[in-house]
This record gives sequence, C-alpha cells and structure tokens, in this order.
Amino acid sequence: MAKIFLLGVDGSECGERALEVAADHVRASSGKLVLCYVIPWSPFTFSTAEENAERHRRREEELSIAMTKFLQPRAKALGAEGLDVEVVARHGHPAKTLAALAREYDADTIVIGNRGDTPLKTRILGGTATALIQISHCPVLVVP
Amino acid sequence: MINPAGFLSLLFLSALPASALAETGGIDQAIDRLISPLSGFVERLILFPLPLPGTDAQVPFVVLWLVIAAVFFTFYFRFINLRGLGLGFRLVRGDYNDPRAAGEVTHFQALATALSGTVGLGNIAGVAIAVSVGGPGAVVWMMLAGFLGMSSKFVECTLGVKYRSINPDGTVSGGPMWYLSRGLAERGPRLAKLGKICAVLFAIFCIGGSFGGANMFQANQSFQQVVGVTGGAESWLADKGWLFGLILAFFVGLVIIGGIRSIARVTSKIVPLMAIIYITAGLVIIFTHIEQVPAAFMLMLTSALGVDSVAGGALGVLAIGFQRAAFSSEAGIGSAAIAHSAVQTREPVSEGVVALYEPFIDTIVVCTITALVIIISGSYIEGGGMSGVELTSQAFASVIDWFPYILAVAVLMFAYSTMLAWSYYGLKCWTYLFGENRRTEMTYKTLFLMFVVLGASMQLGAVIGFSDAMILAMAFPNLLGIYFLLPVVRRELDRYWAMYQRGELVPFRHIGRS
Repeated sequence: MAKIFLLGVDGSECGERALEVAADHVRASSGKLVLCYVIPWSPFTFSTAEENAERHRRREEELSIAMTKFLQPRAKALGAEGLDVEVVARHGHPAKTLAALAREYDADTIVIGNRGDTPLKTRILGGTATALIQISHCPVLVVP
Repeated sequence: MINPAGFLSLLFLSALPASALAETGGIDQAIDRLISPLSGFVERLILFPLPLPGTDAQVPFVVLWLVIAAVFFTFYFRFINLRGLGLGFRLVRGDYNDPRAAGEVTHFQALATALSGTVGLGNIAGVAIAVSVGGPGAVVWMMLAGFLGMSSKFVECTLGVKYRSINPDGTVSGGPMWYLSRGLAERGPRLAKLGKICAVLFAIFCIGGSFGGANMFQANQSFQQVVGVTGGAESWLADKGWLFGLILAFFVGLVIIGGIRSIARVTSKIVPLMAIIYITAGLVIIFTHIEQVPAAFMLMLTSALGVDSVAGGALGVLAIGFQRAAFSSEAGIGSAAIAHSAVQTREPVSEGVVALYEPFIDTIVVCTITALVIIISGSYIEGGGMSGVELTSQAFASVIDWFPYILAVAVLMFAYSTMLAWSYYGLKCWTYLFGENRRTEMTYKTLFLMFVVLGASMQLGAVIGFSDAMILAMAFPNLLGIYFLLPVVRRELDRYWAMYQRGELVPFRHIGRS
C-alpha cells in the first residue's frame, strides 16, 4: 500500500536532511510526498492599520516566495526522478498547521527536522518538532 | 525617502522662527497667542451650542446629532449592541476563521488595530475632564453614550467593509470616503452627488481631526504628564513644550516619513501591554477600596440625575458626558471604519458585530475604571484646578505612589500609537482628496509633524476646543450619508443573522478536530 509522507521544510540545513530521509522512505514504499512550508503567523498579533491594509498583498507575496523559492525547486528535482510529490504553503502556527495538514492529506507519517527554530526559542518554548509530537495523530519522524 | 539626519535638520529649521520669539515671554506662550484665536473660531463654528429648554445649560449641536443617530441605530437594528455581543466574541476568538485564509487580517487584528487608535487619552484624560467639569454624574452618561455608540460603530464598520476597494496593487482601502461616495451612488444620481460632497467633507474634517484631537491633544497631554512626573512647575521642561514637541515629532517622523516600520510594530505590541497594566492597576485600586464602590456608584447616579451637579443640572451633565464619550470612542465619527475595513471576511456584518466591542472596551470598561479610581480616591475634589491627565495621575498616585511614572510611559505610548494610527487615517483622506503620489503624501506628513510641535506648546483649553471641534465635525457628513445607507445595512444584517440562526455559520474549529 502506498504511503503518504508529509514533510515540513523551513529552508534550514536540518530540514534538508529531513527531506533526504523522507525521499528515501517515499522511494522505498513507492508512496507519495507532500512538501509543506508553513509561514509562522498568528491570528492574535497586533499590527498597525497600514500593515493591515497591505496584509492581503503581503500574504500573496509570502506564499509565492515559499512556492517558488523553496517548494517548487525541490519538488521538481524529486519529480524528475519519478517521485509523486505535492507541494503546499500555508500560514499559521508551525506545529498545529503541520498536524492539520497531515489530517487533510491523510498522511501516514510526518517527517520534520529537529532544529529549525532558533536555539533560544527551542529552549524557552520548545521546538516545532517537540510540539508536533504532542499533537500529531500520526507517527512523527524527527530527523536530527 | 528622507534619511533621519536630514529629517532632523528639517525639524530644526522649522523651529528657528520660534526661537527668535524666545525673548518675548517664552516660545510656548507666543505659539499659544498665535493659534488660540483661530482654534477658538473653529471651535465656535462647529461646537455652536444649543440652549437646553428649561435650564441654563447648553449642548453642542454635534453632540445631539451623534446621540440621536446612536439611539436611532440602536432601535433600527433592534438592539444589535446587545444581541450581537455573543456572536462578536466568537468572531474575535476566531471560531469562524477560515483556515484557508490564514495569513489574512483576522477579526481580532482589525479590532486590536482600531482599538489602538481609540484607547488612549480619551479614556485617561477625557474621563478626568468629564468628572472635573461635569461632576461624577458625567461618567454615567459617558457609559450610556458608549453603549449607544456601539450601534453607530456597528453601522460604520459594516459599511466600511461592504464598500471597501481592493486596489490594483492588492492593498485595501476603506472607510467613510468610500462608503459615502460609492454607497450613495448606488442609490441614484441625486444621492450620488450628495455622497460625493459628504465624502469630500469627511476627508477634510478627518484631516483636521488628525491634526487636532489625534495629534495636538495627544502631544499636549503627554507633555503635561511628563512635566508632572519630572517635578511639575519646577520641572526643567515645564516651559519647553516646543522642545518636547520636537522630540515627539522626530519619533513620529521616523515612522511616517523615515518608513521605520519596526518602531510602529514595537509600539503596536507595547500598547496592549500598557492597556493591561493600566486596567490591572485600576482594578487593584478599586478592589482595595471595594467597600467604597457602592457609594461611588450612588454618587455617580445621583449626580447624573442632577441632584447636586455643578454644570447646569442633569442635562448639562449629560451633555458633558456624551461629548467626552464621543471623543473617547469615536462612535459615529467614522474614523474606525478605516481601520476595520482591511479585515478578511466575505460578510460585512461580521466585522460590524466585532466592532461593537470597540466602544464597549474603550468607553464602558476602561472609562468606568478610570472614573471609579478618580472618585474613590477623592481626587476630583481635592485636586481642584487639576484637569485632564494630571487628575487621573494624582488619583492613581494616592493609592500607588509610583504609578504616575508608569502612567507617564503609558500616556506617551497611547499618545504615540494614536498619532500613528490617525496619521494613517488622515493620510488616506489626504490622498483621497489630492491623489496618491509621493509629493502630496510628503506634504501631509510634514504638516502632521508641525502640528505635533504646536500641540505640545499650547494651553490645554485651546487645544481641547480645536481637537473636539475637528473630530466631532466628521460626524456631520458621516452620519448624514449613513442614514441613506441604513436599508443596505439592514438587508446585510438580516441575511447574515438568518444564516447565523439557522446554524449555517460553522465554527471552523470543529473541522479536523473531531
């Protein structure tokens, strides 16, 4: 049975290693890879009126940068060797959004790099990987 | 884009003629002498008083205009200010936020942005002014006016979203200029002309308001507070309002001319924190004197009914309370519709319902806390001669002696964020009138900064008159146009409310969380 692997990338070195691991799993099971880029964002932040007016445009820009800079080049490279790859970029809380996407795509495993956040944030608030382990409904593969 | 150094020298150039006057009795007094007659004239023109029958009290026509509209909207929309609160809360909490639209401006963000423009000196200084002029009873009328004003906000913000325009570059423009001109245009060629006139008048008054209450008043009151905590009349700064104004103008200029957004972003995070500190301190004082609270409410009520009020009986007190409330919550003024219109929603009414919370938090919650502190501490009697933020500061100090320092920082922050918010409202109106290009924008921003310096240099009375006049004047074109648009809002409300009651608004939280 083809398995669906959902991978969260963030442009970090660790994320790239996670990408290789995920690609290996997909090849081995001839499954499908869903490549995700989550742009950190919260609905409860404070912003100025000017920022709000420009927000719609900014959002489109951020999504298009995530798509063209991160997701599509990687998907293209993997697609070239015959892998089944889908890409998605979304705003939100990284861990919660990845967990929600995993449900949406009916993923069997979430793959994520261990260190994407800054060391300080990890130390105080816990990293995305830690949070994801707590809330995910499917197995999480954390790549160091 | 002007670099900060060039900008600083520009400011000093504008200060040169003022320093030439220094020998003749202080720069501040010179500026005040120069401006006072003009501001007095504007004030008399817009706040022309109507005598109240049976008393010697007077009420400015514009205040009556605001109250009548608020009462009418409250009945026309069948007490939306009460029945919309539950739904409004769920919307702010994000229950109906579409996850696919994550990254857009949420209801919470639109409300928070609008609040940062209104919560501020109106609540801290405005209440003190109301109490010192109209007695404790004015606060009761302020609260009632705030409650009625919620309906005005609902209408404005619904219309703001309905008639906003998405520009070709993807930015959103909305506000009374747009709903007055576009909304009335839908209702026939005759009204189209009226709408255009209303929109232009609104824009002119809004620019005036952005120079007045949102700028000079803020600069003036934050200067008073800083002088107060640095030693009062003996303070080195006491007669150097112009210097304080220059410094403040420099920091405002860094954001609006220098384009240094990070400052605005920091401010927008500090302001909610300040609001929380202010409210907490107020609650602490109230709870430590909890036994006096019933008496304070009794005093407010009896004084509201004119039993022993100072300013021409109940109606006089009512007029003062309503005027301060209008100035504090800006309901019916139209300004907030500019801030609310960027929200991500397909349903204009959803933002209108969220906007109910603006006067609620601003006027009912925060003003009541301030009023209780002032009354409980007895400062409004002992602090004879004090008014504005000084009185509030003294009231807090009588319980927490170091609080004036925090209040000084809070006042500065509130003033600063209100100035930034309003510089944006004013700019939007300015570009609506004069077109969007770098030159017109720079003209507006330079004028805006000059008024900061003026505001810090003038006497409180002259500043308040001018501020009130310009901001309240916005209500004339705004509400006049809104009356013609009420059926539109009613249709939107009925449709949305029916959907809500049929349970068709599905909380997104329940999806994917089974």
